[in-house]
Amino acid sequence: MIRVVLPVALRALARIEGEVALSVEGEPTQGSVLDALEQRYPMLQGAIRDRVTRKRRPFVRFFACERDLSHEAPETPLPDAVARGLEPLLVVGAMAGG
Amino acid sequence: MSGVRVLVGTRKGAFILSADGKRAQWDVSGPHFPGWEIYHVKGSPVQPNRLFASQTSAWFGQQIQRSDDGGLTWEPVGNAFVYDGVPGTHQWYDGTPHPWEFARVWHLEPSLTDPDTVYAGVEDAALFRSTDGGRNWNELSGLRGHGSGPNWQPGAGGMCLHTILLDPANPERIFVAISAAGAFRSDDGGTTWRPINRGLKSEGIPDPAAEVGHCVHRLAMHPSNPNRLYMQKHWDVMRTDDAGESWSEVSGNLPTDFGFAIDVHAHEPETIYVVPIKSDAEHFPLDGKLRVYRSRTGGTEWEPLTAGLPQRDCYVNVLRDAMSVDTLDPCGIYFGTTGGAVYGSNDAGDSWAPIVRDLPAVLSVEVQSLA
Repeated sequence: MIRVVLPVALRALARIEGEVALSVEGEPTQGSVLDALEQRYPMLQGAIRDRVTRKRRPFVRFFACERDLSHEAPETPLPDAVARGLEPLLVVGAMAGG
Repeated sequence: MSGVRVLVGTRKGAFILSADGKRAQWDVSGPHFPGWEIYHVKGSPVQPNRLFASQTSAWFGQQIQRSDDGGLTWEPVGNAFVYDGVPGTHQWYDGTPHPWEFARVWHLEPSLTDPDTVYAGVEDAALFRSTDGGRNWNELSGLRGHGSGPNWQPGAGGMCLHTILLDPANPERIFVAISAAGAFRSDDGGTTWRPINRGLKSEGIPDPAAEVGHCVHRLAMHPSNPNRLYMQKHWDVMRTDDAGESWSEVSGNLPTDFGFAIDVHAHEPETIYVVPIKSDAEHFPLDGKLRVYRSRTGGTEWEPLTAGLPQRDCYVNVLRDAMSVDTLDPCGIYFGTTGGAVYGSNDAGDSWAPIVRDLPAVLSVEVQSLA
């Protein structure tokens, strides 16, 4: 299972407590994990990625295994530790604004 | 016993203020959606416990929330606001073409007759409609597709469609206003549109007959006379008596005619309210005195209403969607400030009292009168 940790605002929106565990077919990628997340929680469509372009929203970042994955292509495989459920994929609201 | 429910949208959540018909003791619930910007909350006139809320965030985008129990519980419904076809461009601040980009929903206007139909005014300016309670949204693209669209420019707050008025006497007629394009009218249920800005005069627009480009801040209508509209423009308070075919200025003796909010007394179609703001550069009341001005003559002759409002050291703003009236007798008037206060009057503006003082900056105020 892929573990995903969402920011508080999105956990409240989707009424999620704690981490989300997702099963993804094949080698998990950023894109396939987000697809699975949005399929389970449709209200998250548009909240992490733009609905039309599917690009990451500007003030959202992805981290895992102490690495910033925000600028990686959606089809890039996630780190092995994330794929094996040892580490979570962190979706983070960027520290921007005031 | 009758009562009222005041729906307050703020920079950091929604609040619901409830009172019985005396409107003296208030219960406050919230924050709902804490941390999110709530641009607008409005109830269905035909099913008052159905509320729609525009929940938005620079981080996480747009949500539309719906409640079917008067705000006790909420459900995120649809948030796919996708422009019809290839959206094209409007003018950017520097006059260059800029692609239409959805930013947020400024205003939600539930249908007067169908609880499942609701309109949404969005930034970048466009009008959307849902006919399934907010789950799916379709653009009424004849507005944005009006020939003037490429010439629309944003105001300082963004290019927002902030006002939607549904004509209670003619279901085919809709008025909208866009900052800073102007006012528009449809006579065929939103399919086609035309600008209704004749008579508006704006400094910086050399052509007095300019079809678009006016920074309309707000329109208001009394349901008994839907051909008469009142407008708070950037500067100037305006009135039309012919559904927007022509406008005339009714600023009269206002100490300043800049402002954002304007509304009409529920039982007196000639009685209107504005909150004069010092200037476009100084978005606060003149001389630090928060004064609502009332005209009982459809404009031109105005009187200040000050009882219960701070008359010194007050430097807040009252935004365009932050004033509303109830339909009880006497009529109640409510407005919220960027300082987080919501003031109410249960005597048509003669006296005021703060219902709450320290909310986040208030973006919108709507009132429901409950049987």
